[in-house]
Amino acid sequence: MTSTEAAGPAAAGTAGTATAEAAGPGDPAVDFSGWTCPAPLRGRERIVMGHGGGGALSAELVEHVFAPAFGGRALSTLADSAALEVDGARLAFSTDSFVVRPLFFPGGSIGDLAVNGTVNDLAMSGARPAYLSCGFLLEEGVELELVARIAEALGAAARTAEVEVATGDTKVVEAGRGDGVYVNTAGIGVIPHGVDIRPQRAAPGDVVIVSGAIGLHGVAVLSRREGLEFEVGVESDCAALGGLVADMLAVTRDLHVLRDPTRGGVAAALNEIAAAASVGVVLQERAVPVPEQVAAACSMLGLDPMYVANEGKLLAFVPRTEADAVLAAMRAHPLGAEAAVIGECVTEHPGMVVARTGLGGTRVVDLPLGEQLPRIC
Amino acid sequence: MKYIDEFQDPMLAERLLEDIHAAVTRPWALMEVCGGQTHSIIRHGIDQLLPEEVELIHGPGCPVCVTPLELIDKALEIASRPEVIFCSFGDMLRVPGTGRDLFQVRSEGGDVRVVYSPLDALTLARENPDREVVFFGIGFETTAPPNAMAVHQAAKLGVRNFSLLVSHVRVPPAIEAIMSAPDCRVRAFLAAGHVCSVMGTQEYPELAERFGVPIVVTGFEPLDILEGVRRAVRQLEAGRHTVENAYPRAVVAQGNPAARAMLDEVFVTADRGWRGIGVIPDSGWRLAPRYREFDAEYRFSVDGITTREPAACRSGEVLQGLLKPHECEAFGTTCTPRTPLGATMVSSEGACAAYYLYRRLGGPTTAPLEASTRD
Repeated sequence: MTSTEAAGPAAAGTAGTATAEAAGPGDPAVDFSGWTCPAPLRGRERIVMGHGGGGALSAELVEHVFAPAFGGRALSTLADSAALEVDGARLAFSTDSFVVRPLFFPGGSIGDLAVNGTVNDLAMSGARPAYLSCGFLLEEGVELELVARIAEALGAAARTAEVEVATGDTKVVEAGRGDGVYVNTAGIGVIPHGVDIRPQRAAPGDVVIVSGAIGLHGVAVLSRREGLEFEVGVESDCAALGGLVADMLAVTRDLHVLRDPTRGGVAAALNEIAAAASVGVVLQERAVPVPEQVAAACSMLGLDPMYVANEGKLLAFVPRTEADAVLAAMRAHPLGAEAAVIGECVTEHPGMVVARTGLGGTRVVDLPLGEQLPRIC
Repeated sequence: MKYIDEFQDPMLAERLLEDIHAAVTRPWALMEVCGGQTHSIIRHGIDQLLPEEVELIHGPGCPVCVTPLELIDKALEIASRPEVIFCSFGDMLRVPGTGRDLFQVRSEGGDVRVVYSPLDALTLARENPDREVVFFGIGFETTAPPNAMAVHQAAKLGVRNFSLLVSHVRVPPAIEAIMSAPDCRVRAFLAAGHVCSVMGTQEYPELAERFGVPIVVTGFEPLDILEGVRRAVRQLEAGRHTVENAYPRAVVAQGNPAARAMLDEVFVTADRGWRGIGVIPDSGWRLAPRYREFDAEYRFSVDGITTREPAACRSGEVLQGLLKPHECEAFGTTCTPRTPLGATMVSSEGACAAYYLYRRLGGPTTAPLEASTRD
């Protein structure tokens, strides 16, 4: 859901460098014209689904199209939200669009996501979320009752997250020109003094903490997707993380990085942080909390839980000296009760995430290219 | 998790590894046939834990890797037609044909849908009688029976707007082709457990005998793979070459009779092209003549599409263990996972893609990973 911010220009710049080293299409030494087999697909002329997947294709879209066109300094950081100075106050500003199907899923709805997605993007800069805008794009013919249910869910989620929906907009498109209901929200929050949380601050020695079990949202949504209904007993973890972050900041202002691993999952979030800060990340795979039902569903579908979306979890990069206190604060909060240390930040292999497997082997946890696809076998 | 965690237990894995270390006295090259096994080996880092004498060569059992470029071009052509709903398993959408993939066809207006079963495609055909629904039927003996069932059902129900673009392949002829190559280094096979759960093990004793290779039917979890390796190494060290079933919780000797009957009903064996290897005689299936009207190649007249594999790609040699991925001139330069020249770099299960990931890590300071590239 946060694909453009999640794959901001800083990550895109790094990805671009790596591709150039691998002799991408821009390299004059390589002649691609005579190729008959798998042509490099960077030369796409149209948007494909992967451009919204939060992976490498999203990063390229931002790098090659949006960043050059927009300019501006706000886009040049890789945070989930932009940090802006206004008359001495530091504001976090973020926007997110929601196109989830189905609109209601176990544990939440597009209304919950629209609030929590944007609130969490603000919270990941340490900001206290304050105000939201809300835009509805409705397709002609959609039942009013459905819109009302989404609006109620959205309002309830805003109250829970302690943010006010301060302004809004509604547009209706002709039947067949939309897909029922899309929602966009933007949000503003205030960043407390002395707080500087951004991906570039990840440093060797930092401890990597996840706030709880991963993969729940993605599996819950998949279990209700048309053509793939299965009983898995999993609910989305959709939740607003502002309160959890406030409790962490009450222990120490020196949190280096916070990130909510939404689209692309833990793997994409860690890769982006590693690239932004030029550090390596080493994960202990068995320490990553994967619920049994998520593991079973992923095993059946050929997916990797590390790449599955979350909507109520955060990753924290914390100096080793602060790790115990932060972990204790997280575990004292209902949304962080299952928080766990899953790895550390290292100087080796900068820009890369490496997992130590349960058996003692090692593997690279790569940035997903686009959408994660169920495998054939 | 029941029936998965038990087969990932680190303590039991260590015991199996100790057994393997104790048994091995000299170098052996083993081939794991199935892409699912390759995936598990890479995911759990199993190859790094084996004694250096034991080399795993990643075999040709990844359906995404071996589906010929020509068939993908045919899929792209059919999927581009306005009357067609083109259905496929998810991971085929990303595989590039000549300059395009199915994602791109979809972005250009083609109706390409991911389904999870060929029977879902058949349902789509019944719900959309004015459209032509085509299912992309690729893969090994494992995916063939449900595809056969979908065609059988379509015929039985009189669904005329359903067809199958089929390129099924079979494991035993591939083993035969690999062992017949002049410089073949493979000394034992870990046969694909799920293929054997359908077909049984009856095709293998003759191959084991003729080529003098142990063939161990092997599962997919880490302990399954280590057990397969252990049994293969013990046979090799003892100079034996028999067929063993190390995956008895899923495989019985006669396979699945209902699935085999369905295959016999709907398909006949045929020559098939394997991406990176070439045509192997009698190595696959096509629809039997009586089901010809359900053959998408026939229905959409795409027989004329012929595509040559790029000369630069040496994945055939890689698949036979004759060439290490990083010894190829194109490796990591003109050929990367994002710009693959051929089969083995396309899928994450391919040997070249796997090596590419490790090599990115490689360097004098990361000794444990260096071992995995076996320079």
